[in-house]
Amino acid sequence: MDEDDQRDERAADRSPLLEVRNLVKRFPVRHGLTQRLAGHVAAVDGVSLTVGPGETLGLVGESGCGKSTVAKLITRLERPTSGSIHFAARDLAGLNETALRPLRRDLQMVFQDPFSSLNPRHTVRQILAGAYRYQGLEPDQPAEELLARVGLEAGHADRHPHEFSGGQAQRIGIARALALRPKLVVCDEPVSALDVSVQAQILNLLRDLQDEYGLSYLFIAHDLGAVRQISTRIAVMYLGSVVETADRDTLFAQPAHPYTHALLSAVPLPDPDLEASRERIVLHGDLPSPLDPPSGCRFRTRCLKADELCAAERPQLRTIALGQQVACHYPERTP
Amino acid sequence: MTLLTVRDLAVEFRSGVRAVDGLDLDLDTGRVLGVVGESGSGKSVTSLAVLGLLRDAQVSGEIRFDGQELTALDRRALRRLRGNRIAMIFQDPLSCLNPYYSVAFQIAEAYRAHHRAGRKQAHRVAVRMLDRVGIPEPERRARCYPHEFSGGMRQRVMIAMALCLEPDLLIADEPTTALDVTVQAQILQLLRELREEAGTAIMLITHDMGVVAGLADQVVVMHQGRAVERGPVRDVFHRPQEPYTRGLLACVPRIDGPLPDRLPTLGAIT
Amino acid sequence: MILYLLRRLAVTAAILLVICAATFAIFYLMPADPAQGACGKACSPERITEIRTTLGLNHSPLSQFGDYLTGIVSGRTYGTGEHAVNCPFPCLGFSFQTNQPVWQMLTSRLPASFSIAVGAAVLWLAVGVAAGVVSALRCGSLWDRAAMTAALGGVSLPIYFTALVLQYLLVVQLDLLPYPQVEPLTTDPVGWAQSMVMPWITLAMLYAGIYARVTRGEMLESLGQNYVRTARAKGLPEITVVRRHALRPALMPIVTIFGMDLGALLGGALITESVFGLPGVGKLAADAISSADQPVILGVTLFAASFVVLANLLVDLVYAVLDPRVRAVG
Ligand SMILES: Nc1ncnc2c1ncn2[C@@H]1O[C@H](COP(=O)(O)OP(=O)(O)OP(=O)(O)O)[C@@H](O)[C@H]1O
Ligand SMILES: Nc1ncnc2c1ncn2[C@@H]1O[C@H](COP(=O)(O)OP(=O)(O)O)[C@@H](O)[C@H]1O
Ligand code: SF4
Ligand SMILES: [Mg+2]
Ligand SMILES: [Mg+2]
Repeated sequence: MDEDDQRDERAADRSPLLEVRNLVKRFPVRHGLTQRLAGHVAAVDGVSLTVGPGETLGLVGESGCGKSTVAKLITRLERPTSGSIHFAARDLAGLNETALRPLRRDLQMVFQDPFSSLNPRHTVRQILAGAYRYQGLEPDQPAEELLARVGLEAGHADRHPHEFSGGQAQRIGIARALALRPKLVVCDEPVSALDVSVQAQILNLLRDLQDEYGLSYLFIAHDLGAVRQISTRIAVMYLGSVVETADRDTLFAQPAHPYTHALLSAVPLPDPDLEASRERIVLHGDLPSPLDPPSGCRFRTRCLKADELCAAERPQLRTIALGQQVACHYPERTP
Repeated sequence: MTLLTVRDLAVEFRSGVRAVDGLDLDLDTGRVLGVVGESGSGKSVTSLAVLGLLRDAQVSGEIRFDGQELTALDRRALRRLRGNRIAMIFQDPLSCLNPYYSVAFQIAEAYRAHHRAGRKQAHRVAVRMLDRVGIPEPERRARCYPHEFSGGMRQRVMIAMALCLEPDLLIADEPTTALDVTVQAQILQLLRELREEAGTAIMLITHDMGVVAGLADQVVVMHQGRAVERGPVRDVFHRPQEPYTRGLLACVPRIDGPLPDRLPTLGAIT
Repeated sequence: MILYLLRRLAVTAAILLVICAATFAIFYLMPADPAQGACGKACSPERITEIRTTLGLNHSPLSQFGDYLTGIVSGRTYGTGEHAVNCPFPCLGFSFQTNQPVWQMLTSRLPASFSIAVGAAVLWLAVGVAAGVVSALRCGSLWDRAAMTAALGGVSLPIYFTALVLQYLLVVQLDLLPYPQVEPLTTDPVGWAQSMVMPWITLAMLYAGIYARVTRGEMLESLGQNYVRTARAKGLPEITVVRRHALRPALMPIVTIFGMDLGALLGGALITESVFGLPGVGKLAADAISSADQPVILGVTLFAASFVVLANLLVDLVYAVLDPRVRAVG
């Protein structure tokens, strides 16, 4: 536990490393054989986040809620429609690729599918060297050393990605992200494609590396267990916006947003007795289409508490307790 | 009463892979058997072997269903059994539904494969089933195509298709793995209800220990094509005997309980 | 759907216009003087001037193009006064060689091309798709290997070789068939079919090979789909599984290539027609090119292009009918 405390302190006593304000991304939607423009989908619709040094911010939400889009905007693989992304005292939102390049040393990404993010024709050594080449640098540490860092053997350096298991391939992806000793690593569902036992190994590895290098993570996942295991703070997304952010323990003990509450109650617990006795909130209906989101509160079509106010007015994130913010007119927990 | 008994099942593919290797299973009428294990442990291959749907594979051992030895049945008899007495739903409902036919057609088709029924009558059955699995506006939705449905609704369609013939056994291979957690909760709830109403026995295949804990009566833990541990779900979860089962339970990060600094892992780095 | 249809028709018309303009431009840029071509060998300068006026060659290229288009849409009149020649809709001009209207030449040649193309298409579709399906179902068997080798052979044999061998065997040696010639379908159906057998087989051998290979590939892919496994798990008879759940999706890509191939053939199965000496559109084109008969070349090009573009449109529409995913968004 006291390692945790240290991490928390490191996070508290410095200004944020990453500060995202009102981030919006709209994609044009095209339809049919003629690719006629049918409208816009707001994949990310006013997201604000901060990540402190040495901190891990977990970002959870169901598929299609915009998590990956947030990751791509922060790493500037996509250009935001509006909003700001302050990282290392610069606003990344408006920068072009040339101006971004030096900043990318400090801002790396790990992807969900370990195989499709590694060039199948390159050896592991070439893949790792590629990280330096992009910055116009020579590798300052042998590939073997990097591999050892992520728990692989020196002999793996001259193999190709297809010779590895999913877990090993994900370790290579992590080694590549770490090669330039970044400050922030954005991990988009890094363990979702892996088996449970391999998932545990990768979660442990990420944590070890954080302790060793003082890294910060933005850790994206839909698995609440994995997010709890690794995060210091957690943000919950629904249909393009953040509906709640809280310290890890607060979020699991006292969720304030009805969606967070339902989400937690939907996670099956590996304990037959708890499963038999627990309260279940089964949300009815499906996620609304982001093409045509509901008015007011995005969650109101599935919320048990929804009323006219919820339909009329979109709730803003507001602080209701120390380290807990929620976007709801009738939070489960009042200030 | 025992509904399904599998003894010493072995499946070897033409490539030489021995995916299942001496597996025993027992499932009673109206009960739920959870089959858990990591990827590649042979869960899906086992279920396909029971239905005789494996190709390019050598299957040996006994598969006894309601007193009949399935491995001895000819193709015709096996076909009569499929869908009618043993139905199956799969992990990825989009790819499991044919994009060229309406959902009602695909349900009615299953019904008509085993009943003398006209198109109209079968269509009515399909609509009734859609209603039963909780599809809103079933009459209108019946004429929709799979791509017009969300993931959760597609799995409901698969369930409707599987249950329209009131089978004795439903094999559900990772029925919620491709779904979001709130939708997963809906589908698990539906399976729970159906089991209580219709008394269908379920062979529930999953890698998620939580899903098994919430639905199964008995559980079998598979590893490398064998059962490493079996028993009533409470015993296996609360007093696992095998180190592998203990490891599998412990390595899953949970949303409740104490938070370990490091997760225990199973064996060596793989 | 109606809106979609109208939009597609507009696009098709636009494409045809562009093709028209491009072909026209190419001929305009060619060094040969159309007036010289129209006049023939022994030709006085006065006669050339006269023809220039009649054909409107003194006008600007743009206005000539405009006249040409007008001709297609509503007919036109060449020259004035007593020399005036009326060319009714759809006017593609007159041949320099025969002085016949190009449109009339084309339509008179169409039955031959049509007979060849449609008959061959039926043959190759039936043979190719059936062989492909059986091969896919017996993938790796002796039959599969034999059929695919034969298909490869069919694809790689040059048409004139197949044609000559067939002619030698069936006409000269065995005396089973008459020499190919065009018999009207309406008066003598048997004669028509007999005379067409060889061109059909020749063309079908080429295409059936391609279709067998494509069908086999598509079938193997669709047989591996999860929904085919679902169909078996429902207890459907194997024949229904194959026909309904594997073949139907596999036919979709075949619709595409079939539309294109047929469109191209209707515009003139050039080699087959030439080899068998049948008076089809392809033969007309070949003759027109060798005698530099510009109006005919222009007409045939436009005509063939129209078939391909219309086939394209038709394929898309059939697709929209067959595939609910396309239909929904149209
Ligand atoms: N058609 C096949 N040919 C050869 N090997 C196969 C085939 N299908 C499965 N296998 C092998 O059989 C083993 C068990 O596969 P199976 O699909 O049953 O695993 P599973 O337990 O269902 O895993 P998952 O959780 O990933 O679905 C694996 O090693 C797999 O590679
Ligand atoms: N390039 C794109 N073009 C159009 N829509 C997109 C694009 N990328 C994502 N979207 C849409 O934006 C929404 C959020 O997507 P994403 O960020 O990938 O979700 P998540 O990672 O949370 O599953 C989805 O509705 C998705 O369909
Ligand atoms: S604002 Fe209203 S609809 Fe939205 S979550 Fe809160 S109570 Fe529910
Ligand atoms: Mg994603
Ligand atoms: Mg499986």
